[in-house]
Amino acid sequence: MDLLEYQGKQFFASYGIPVSDGEACQDVDTAVAVADRVGYPVVVKAQVHTGGRGKAGGVKLAENADECREHASNILGLDIKGHIVETIWIENASDIAEEYYASFTLDRSAKKHLGMLSAEGGVEIETVAEDNPDAIAKIHIDPAEGLSEEACRAWVEAANLNPAANDGTVDILLKLYTAYTKGDADLCEINPLILKPTGEVHALDAKVSLDGSAVFRHEEYVQYEATQPRDEREEAAHEKGLQYVGLDGSVGVIANGAGLAMSTVDVINQVGGEPANFLDIGGGANADVMAGALEVINNDPKVKSIFINIFGGITRGEEVANGIIEAMARVNIDSPIVIRLDGTNADEGRAILEPALNDKLMMESTMLDAARKAVELAS
Amino acid sequence: MSIFLDENTKVVYQGLTGSTGRYYGNLNKEYGTQVVAGTHPKKAGTDVDGIPIFASVAEAKAETGATASCIFIPAPGVRGAVLEAAEAGLELVVCITEGVPAHDEAEFFNILKRDFPGTRLLGPNCPGLISPGKANVGITAGHIAKAGGPVGIVSRSGTLTYQALYELQQQDIGVTTCVGIGGDPVPGTSFIDCLEAFEADPDTKAVMMIGEIGGSAEEEAADYIKNHMSKPVASYVAGVTAPPGKKMGHAGAIVSGGKGTAKAKMEALEDAGVKVGQNPTEAGELMVEIVANL
Repeated sequence: MDLLEYQGKQFFASYGIPVSDGEACQDVDTAVAVADRVGYPVVVKAQVHTGGRGKAGGVKLAENADECREHASNILGLDIKGHIVETIWIENASDIAEEYYASFTLDRSAKKHLGMLSAEGGVEIETVAEDNPDAIAKIHIDPAEGLSEEACRAWVEAANLNPAANDGTVDILLKLYTAYTKGDADLCEINPLILKPTGEVHALDAKVSLDGSAVFRHEEYVQYEATQPRDEREEAAHEKGLQYVGLDGSVGVIANGAGLAMSTVDVINQVGGEPANFLDIGGGANADVMAGALEVINNDPKVKSIFINIFGGITRGEEVANGIIEAMARVNIDSPIVIRLDGTNADEGRAILEPALNDKLMMESTMLDAARKAVELAS
Repeated sequence: MSIFLDENTKVVYQGLTGSTGRYYGNLNKEYGTQVVAGTHPKKAGTDVDGIPIFASVAEAKAETGATASCIFIPAPGVRGAVLEAAEAGLELVVCITEGVPAHDEAEFFNILKRDFPGTRLLGPNCPGLISPGKANVGITAGHIAKAGGPVGIVSRSGTLTYQALYELQQQDIGVTTCVGIGGDPVPGTSFIDCLEAFEADPDTKAVMMIGEIGGSAEEEAADYIKNHMSKPVASYVAGVTAPPGKKMGHAGAIVSGGKGTAKAKMEALEDAGVKVGQNPTEAGELMVEIVANL
């Protein structure tokens, strides 16, 4: 779950990391009021879930209230790569002496947390990694041990920042590590981390991605949920607790397990069709979940046929079958359905479906045959 | 032979008193697994369908001689459940639960590595493992697996694990052990752990490996196969045509270093001499060829 910049800054601030004084706002008058409060010059920044805001005219410096009003009214409603700007962030502009890069993320390969720090901040860190990998100081942190101040200081010294920035950077990185672990983040990134002419170190940007699995211990995730970018189909699926990614084809896909769902999308492509979506109904799918999944797919006007691919482990065949029957009773499903059902209690499931089979509900015994049938029906 | 699990493994179920734990605990028991106990801090002295409940894993182990556990505890309690099983000195801990926070996984993985090197963790978010004809721990449907050998299976995806078992059964090929390592960021047991065990197991003559997009576990496995495995491997990687997933920011992109796509994984595996199928059925067919030439 990716946070918008202002949410990231508020997240950082809640862990004591210094960020610029500012506020998020959704109309021009409030923007000017905030700018008057934090003091000019201010930066007016579009809050959207995409990069390249600066190039698109979504980040502007305002020296006074008139400029702030002008920029705010231009940026609000701006279309940045398909994202309409609804929220802007107004903050006091900072004087910058130097720009650094800092982040924490999980290194899946090492099974440890990875901290990266570079004196070359403010630019794409991928470029630094490619052109000058030695410019990035890395530290692997054992999650069972944590990050000590001593280790953090050695890491900061290895990054060869301006020595004047070392103390402030150590302080921020220790707090950032706490935010990263206590906040259950997949990623905490500051780019740029700046050294001001006055000697303070300060997070000028915030990129935070949180682990959706940790929502049970973070009430604050609810507010971030509300701003996630989703199309209508994805929104409807999300409300039903389904893992859904919208695609552009005509064969609706319902499968249990991410691997099987991906494999189903692959197989539809291989037999010459185009999947309309990726939809994983998860492990414990029951009649309600299946009915919900069918409703979501049925509401997609591009869908011409539906392929339900279930291999039962934790999902029992009779539950799947009952779900399909129940969903068909609840919703008027427009597209023909092709089912492939195997695994736990598959025979019981097939027996339940058998009497309901017709030219709108078909069953195939293999994944490939079912995919071929669904693709044929969609064309 | 089999790896990690056989007919002598005695298993305690953490979460047996819940509806899912009870359902699969009973299915596993019917399959022939020695399901010796369940745990619940407040229900000690009771039983679930004749299986005794103890207050803790340590008590269950002391009373029944359990050497393994299977966890069906909801995600918030998984960290505690894994550590409890490790502290009790179990050899194998199988965690079925999905939705465990990545930070919890990373933490208990490293605590086990440091303090309990004798405990093997499988999962979380995995289907468990089955040594067909001997024992089944987890949520795999036992009837889709043919017992015997000569194939060992290791898979990152739950339902594709069943698919692999099924494809082999359709071809009348037996399986020594099928291990579902799960697709979470920090799996307790890796592809390489399983490949090592299969390489050492005399009854396993060939290995089927099912991967999926993301991370670099398949590339690391390919490197291991290239340098350390004498037995043939067939593979399938799911997600060839999947749209690029959510990029985990710049730092995540650097960690993966261009790795992680299905194409990169398939190329790495092919380069290591692995036969790679374009779909699960094709991988099954490639395994049939391998077995025919053993």
